[in-house]
Amino acid sequence: MLLLDCPCCGVRGEETEFHCGGEAHITREGPASDDAAFEHYMFERVNPRGVHFERWRHVAGCGKWFHAARDTVTLEIWGTYPAQTTRPPEEVLETIRAARPGFKWRDIA
Amino acid sequence: MSSRLARGGRLIDRGATRTFTFNGRAMKGLEGDTLASALLANDQVMMGRSFKYHRPRGVVASGAEEPNALMGIGTDGHFEPNQRATTQELFDGLTAESQNHWPSLEFDVGAVNAKLSRFFPAGFYYKTFLWPRSFWEKVYEPIVRQAAGLGKAPKDRDADTYEHLYAFADVLVIGGGVAGLTAAVEAGRSGAKVLVLEQTGHWGGRAPVDGGEIGGVGAQAHVDALVAELESLPNVTLRLRCMGAGVYDHGYVLGYERLTDHLSDKSGPRHRLWRIRAAQVITATGAIERPLSFAGNDIPGVMLASAVRDYLVNYGVAPGDRVAVVTNNDDAYRTAFAMKEAGLDVAVILDAREAGGGALAIAAREAGIRVEPGRAVAKVLGSKRVTGVEICAQAGSGSVIETIPCDVVAMSGGWSPVVHLWSHCGGKLVWDTERAMFRPDADRAPTGHDGKGFVRCAGTANGALLLSETLQDAAAQGAAAARAAGFEATASGLPEVDEVAEIPPAAVWLMPAGASYDKRAKTWLDFQNDVKVSDIQLAAQEGYESVEHAKRYTTLGMATDQGKLSNINGLAVLSDALNEAIPQVGTTTFRPPYTPISMGAIAGQGRGETFQPLRRTPIHAWHEAHGVQWEPVGHWRRPYAFPKAGESTHDAVNREITTVREKVGLLDASTLGKLIVKGPDAGRFLDMLYTNMMSTLKPGRCRYGLMCNENGFLIDDGVVARIDENTFLCHTTTGGADTIHAHMEEWLQTEWWDMKVHVANVTEQYGQIGVVGPMARQLLEVLGTPEISKEELPFMAWADRTVGGIPCRIYRISFSGELSYELSVPAGQALALWEALMEAGHGLGVAPYGTEALHVLRAEKGFIMIGDETDGTVTPQDLNMHWAISKKKEDYLGKRGQMRSHLSSPDRWKLVGLLTEDGTVLEDGAYILDAGENDRGQRNMQGRITSTYYSPTLCRGIAMALLKHGPERMGETVQVTKLGAGPVLAKVVDPVFYDKDGEKQDV
Amino acid sequence: MSDLTGPAPVPALGGAAFDGYVRIAEAPQGAMFTLRGDLSSAALKTAATKLAAVDMPEQGRVALNGERALAWMSPDELLLLAPWAEHASVVAQLDAALDDPALNWVDVSQARARFAISGPDGLVREVAAKLAPVDFSPSAFTPGSFRRSRIGQVAGAFWCPGPGRIEVVCFRSVAEYVFTLLRDAARPGSEVRLYA
Repeated sequence: MLLLDCPCCGVRGEETEFHCGGEAHITREGPASDDAAFEHYMFERVNPRGVHFERWRHVAGCGKWFHAARDTVTLEIWGTYPAQTTRPPEEVLETIRAARPGFKWRDIA
Repeated sequence: MSSRLARGGRLIDRGATRTFTFNGRAMKGLEGDTLASALLANDQVMMGRSFKYHRPRGVVASGAEEPNALMGIGTDGHFEPNQRATTQELFDGLTAESQNHWPSLEFDVGAVNAKLSRFFPAGFYYKTFLWPRSFWEKVYEPIVRQAAGLGKAPKDRDADTYEHLYAFADVLVIGGGVAGLTAAVEAGRSGAKVLVLEQTGHWGGRAPVDGGEIGGVGAQAHVDALVAELESLPNVTLRLRCMGAGVYDHGYVLGYERLTDHLSDKSGPRHRLWRIRAAQVITATGAIERPLSFAGNDIPGVMLASAVRDYLVNYGVAPGDRVAVVTNNDDAYRTAFAMKEAGLDVAVILDAREAGGGALAIAAREAGIRVEPGRAVAKVLGSKRVTGVEICAQAGSGSVIETIPCDVVAMSGGWSPVVHLWSHCGGKLVWDTERAMFRPDADRAPTGHDGKGFVRCAGTANGALLLSETLQDAAAQGAAAARAAGFEATASGLPEVDEVAEIPPAAVWLMPAGASYDKRAKTWLDFQNDVKVSDIQLAAQEGYESVEHAKRYTTLGMATDQGKLSNINGLAVLSDALNEAIPQVGTTTFRPPYTPISMGAIAGQGRGETFQPLRRTPIHAWHEAHGVQWEPVGHWRRPYAFPKAGESTHDAVNREITTVREKVGLLDASTLGKLIVKGPDAGRFLDMLYTNMMSTLKPGRCRYGLMCNENGFLIDDGVVARIDENTFLCHTTTGGADTIHAHMEEWLQTEWWDMKVHVANVTEQYGQIGVVGPMARQLLEVLGTPEISKEELPFMAWADRTVGGIPCRIYRISFSGELSYELSVPAGQALALWEALMEAGHGLGVAPYGTEALHVLRAEKGFIMIGDETDGTVTPQDLNMHWAISKKKEDYLGKRGQMRSHLSSPDRWKLVGLLTEDGTVLEDGAYILDAGENDRGQRNMQGRITSTYYSPTLCRGIAMALLKHGPERMGETVQVTKLGAGPVLAKVVDPVFYDKDGEKQDV
Repeated sequence: MSDLTGPAPVPALGGAAFDGYVRIAEAPQGAMFTLRGDLSSAALKTAATKLAAVDMPEQGRVALNGERALAWMSPDELLLLAPWAEHASVVAQLDAALDDPALNWVDVSQARARFAISGPDGLVREVAAKLAPVDFSPSAFTPGSFRRSRIGQVAGAFWCPGPGRIEVVCFRSVAEYVFTLLRDAARPGSEVRLYA
């Protein structure tokens, strides 16, 4: 059972206080989008072995959504950050680069 | 025979006799005994029968690893099967029964299986029960069920209570032996918060039994000093009878504390499950001695050498009068000395090593004990009890050299560190060839949230065998754990250890090395599941080469002891059969818990009244006092109906409906979700959430709205009231309050975080009471409610009014089609308001109504219900609710989804009403038949029933359904399925069955 | 409807209590408000600290002053507690002070149930520790600590007003569930003595 640091209220809580919301940094596609873009938005999720950016909500806590950078194999957590962003913060990326040289995510390496 | 010695026994109190029963027979033991030691003291050597062949079995071990001596303990609500006699402490009044025999332990019918053992080879179940298929249910399954399982399942409800406890530690030490205590002292001195768990009822582990001097004092005195120091440290917590059950991700550890299992007094919680988060975990769990594999090694009286020693030293019990020791290592010689010390006979020490043992062997010879190097057991003699051993050369195929009478065989195949907890969360092992053991690989520890190792093993669990080694390693690990947890620590100087040097063991996996098939088929690896050397070899021969496959094929290590004694020996036999090295074959996976833990402990407080939360409205107690029938709705309890004395539920529902249609009814609507959406962007936000336009709603007015997910499917509906320019109150369904609140927060926080909107869930701040029916206004007027006429408070408006002295907010909304006022009142005044309304309405014939009446009333009006007309795949368009979908809005959640070809297809099933030709009520979930069959030969369907009720208003059955091209087919007759009968004919009609123009609600 | 007042409300369990190895008691009805908005906004800070007669609490803390308290709930949320007698006056003052539409408040006085666990400090802490995945040790959960978490299977918040007392707040509909959990955890004979 994971331990997560909520970046919004400072609590380090166990997983039962949180709810996972799947892959983070998904761009919403509205009525103007074509079928391919909408399909990608609705259904296509990465399932990496390794670095994963994912959404969590501190449900039994401050109620805020945040993002976590986590290794899906070792469960190491490189950082958590508030959800109001479209890109992982640089310091989290630096930590990942140090731990997983050669890591690549979308257009970020 | 086995018996109590006249002296000795470090754990027993000879002055305190304890009475217990075994299979109904009264016996006596002593305070400090385990059930196993007390049984041995009563010469009860046979303690059970094996699982498959029903062979007589005696106790093999003295601790958690025991495979044979499993008992049903206790009676009635305190009964539990499969308890190990070796870990069950004795108390006055304990009742135990042995297992897996019929009719009795001494005479068992199933033992015939042993005679047929050549018909029960490895994989027997897989090979036998494959065909004929029809035999499964009638023949095989009853037989397997009869034969399977060990103890009986309890018949009574568990009378005990259980609880959880969340605990936090910088350093958690699992194991209270000399290594664990040493590590804990080192960590404790650093100031770290230390928690020490020991599974047994005493500190010190094996050291006080096995001897050695530490700092000039005996092991026991040293242990006492360590415990005294730990007790003096305020940052250290010590718990006995608390087993480290499992190590999980990110420093999560389960501790299993047994509070009353050792007591006559069963009051208070029986078990406590410690849910521990530790920065660092030290497992000082010691090692388990391995059996040796020789023919007849399962006959009662064949025991682990260390167990023989334990019974002598700890409990003053002689497992027999004359022992034959058989070993591949030096340590087992200590058992011979312990027997001598107790005044008993040592017939022989058979040391499988060609060159024999080290200093201990010399000491044994000097003590006059016969030592035979290079020798092995060819076969154990006896059936229900050992009577002797035939000895042979270890090197050969087992030609008998001599027969030696004895009544105990003390065997030692070396020691396996208890690496279970290290391995639970991914710690890796290395094979130590010299010591013939798997030990933890410190470089590949389980890693935590920071990617660093958080578990370390200490002492024997880390592969140390000598006392000096153990102490040194434990001190170093204790200090290292404290440092890793952020404290300053250096291992202090260690006391001098006076011990005997030992020489390495030899790897002996089969005895004798060239044992014939006859012998191998009588040589047990897994005592509990009856797996023999020949079974593993057969599995290998049949191609089950992976250790995980061989395990499942033979059931090796799959019993309740999870192979604590058998796994290493088994995989050594497998590696030999495959001609591969042991590390290449590898181990099976170690999974928590370390030993079985009770279901009660896992459930903790979550049983009985607190099995799950039960949500109560503020009027709950009134309902209960007035004959309510409850309906669970999520965690809520809602009144289903209020039957009067002698009235059936169906009649009550019909009466309630008629009351609402003709007079006035009261509905407890408190469970409906109430979300306040507030802020300058509230209107814009709600326009995105609802399919219709909410920003144009005027303050003081209400509007019904639909919510979809991004897929385009309906997820919730309800009435929105605009309170002021910046504030909306959104009603949700009962089940939707929390999910829709979360839905709103998700979009606000993760997509539209620029919007200035706050959402508050005030569902429980208010009680809500529906006053519904043609006399609703009259009822409110009885209570002096002002300004509630059609003009002053019109349909789909709201206003604040005082009702009977209680300030309320009144919504003119209707889910029944009748004149309706929904009164919202702060929760603490809701009951008072309800009672005032009931009293005031007495003369008008007021009655409470429940959810079933509510459902029928809304169905008569053709109102949809989320969860009935919708199932997560239904769009508003499917329900002909185009009127509730704004054409003006560029975007709302679900709009893009609804544009997809499948969702906009004209062939979708759409909402209609159905009336049966004979007036009967259609079945819930019935389908509407179509012509022809699909490609699997199933009848084609063209629709399904979503709601179906008896309408007392129309005096007939009514139904709502989703039907292909439905709205275009009014007047058509369709066929609806009925279970066990031919289809029912029904006419397609408008789903609004009652008051089509809505005149009655707008008065 | 926060602007509605009326006869004294009845708390969820009518003031239930249980004397175990610590005491579990439902608190009398109080006034409780959720305040939302930018916590650095002067209007919000002034109104909140004035009504509770305390300084702004830091993250994870509650500032207490008798029956009044102000708790940090989340980066944009405060919880204001006041005696019930002042309910109407607090409502009026919040209405007047928070006229910026980006600052919001709601009355949650009757949406909640409140319990106090009281007795010897170590025992009070362990009763809470039986039900919530929170470190209640004296060094981690100090007077003034405020922690939202779960209690059993429902949401709850805990705070420590001082030694020998922990306050618990939960939703009103589950008051009986939470009280039963606390009562069972406090039954004599189930003492852990984890905190000396």
